[in-house]
Amino acid sequence: MPLFDQLYNFAHWLTRNTEEAEDLVQETYVKALKGFSSFQLGTNFRAWMYRILRNTFLTSRTGLRVTMTVPLDPEQDEPELAVENETPETILMNRSNSQLVLSAIDDLPMHHRETLLLCDVEEMSYQEIAETLSIPVGTVMSRLSRARRTLRDNLGRKLQGDEAVKEGKRGTNYGL
Amino acid sequence: MVCESWKETLDTYLDGELPEAEMRNFDAHVRGCHSCSADALTRVQMKRTIQVAGRRFTPSAEFRRRVQQRIAPKPQRSLGLGWMLAAAAAVILVVGAVTSTYVGTRSGGGQVFSEIADLHVATLASSSPVDVISTDRHTVKPWFQGKIPFAFDLPELQNSEFSLLGGRMAYLDQTPGAHLIYDVRKHHISVFVFQEQSLRAKLDDNSLAPKQLSFNMETWSQGGLRYFVIGDASAADIDSLAKLFKADT
Repeated sequence: MPLFDQLYNFAHWLTRNTEEAEDLVQETYVKALKGFSSFQLGTNFRAWMYRILRNTFLTSRTGLRVTMTVPLDPEQDEPELAVENETPETILMNRSNSQLVLSAIDDLPMHHRETLLLCDVEEMSYQEIAETLSIPVGTVMSRLSRARRTLRDNLGRKLQGDEAVKEGKRGTNYGL
Repeated sequence: MVCESWKETLDTYLDGELPEAEMRNFDAHVRGCHSCSADALTRVQMKRTIQVAGRRFTPSAEFRRRVQQRIAPKPQRSLGLGWMLAAAAAVILVVGAVTSTYVGTRSGGGQVFSEIADLHVATLASSSPVDVISTDRHTVKPWFQGKIPFAFDLPELQNSEFSLLGGRMAYLDQTPGAHLIYDVRKHHISVFVFQEQSLRAKLDDNSLAPKQLSFNMETWSQGGLRYFVIGDASAADIDSLAKLFKADT
């Protein structure tokens, strides 16, 4: 089945739940099969499949709950601020703290999380992401920029939190 | 802030989304600017980390079977509807196969070959196919030191038609390995090297690349490592590159 692994991975990131991800992927394939006449040969098949999956998610109970709590966030026509130089924390990004990265991705708002994953994990072009999410390319760029900035901030906080916990543990050990 | 205007578009540059002329300007600037090149390196590392972390979830084999059964055409349906569903399923499979340029099996050794083909296609489709760009094996090989838990040799290419384009990390079955990209007469060939023990459960010494692959592929085990050579070049070219590796490793 084409794109099966990728769609499942994306579905899991959206739903954050194995059963819901499985239901979502299964429904996506069933819908793709039934609605194949709406796919225009020569257009982007991958974007079409991801769009079905995402639209199915957005109309699910979890999807509706998520979208109802998405914060208002002006996305277009706003000049982007220059990103600060990378913090030392980001330089420490390596496999040993990938759990922190997972957690930081998971903490992103849905619109930012999905855009970042389509770009960096699925390696879709901005145009392809725009087709998948049915948004303008400019919005893709602003969401990506915000997603990356928020991710960096989240990671910084998590790394600081980790350090604080370690310090705390060292402190409590004195009494043992 | 140093190079503020450049850094505003650094992520777009690293995503390969700037217009061609701007990409060239950016390339030239990054090569000469320590601050931007350091920033670019950090962000590339971050992208790579997100890429690895983002491929977190894998469907179970049981779930895959369930979906396959669910979307398979049902024989008890009326003849007309059954044919329509069968045709739609067939077209989806064919279009999907063309999209990923691969048709293969997804079990056992077939799954490994499938993933190798996916890695090859995804890399060539990427805006940044290699992380270490060099035609010099003495530059590419040391780049992997400390990144993968084994060492390997790269063949001397003088007097051959092959040229090395560079390398990158690859992950197969959550195991790190080396991915090298070669060029021969404008065809790109991927060579993957993984530890044999990590793939032993899925491949054995007699594992042969499936013939239904759209690509030509060779695989063999040598010195505790598993090699895969894959590309759309001719079978003879794939075999020649494989022989160079076999002779030098």
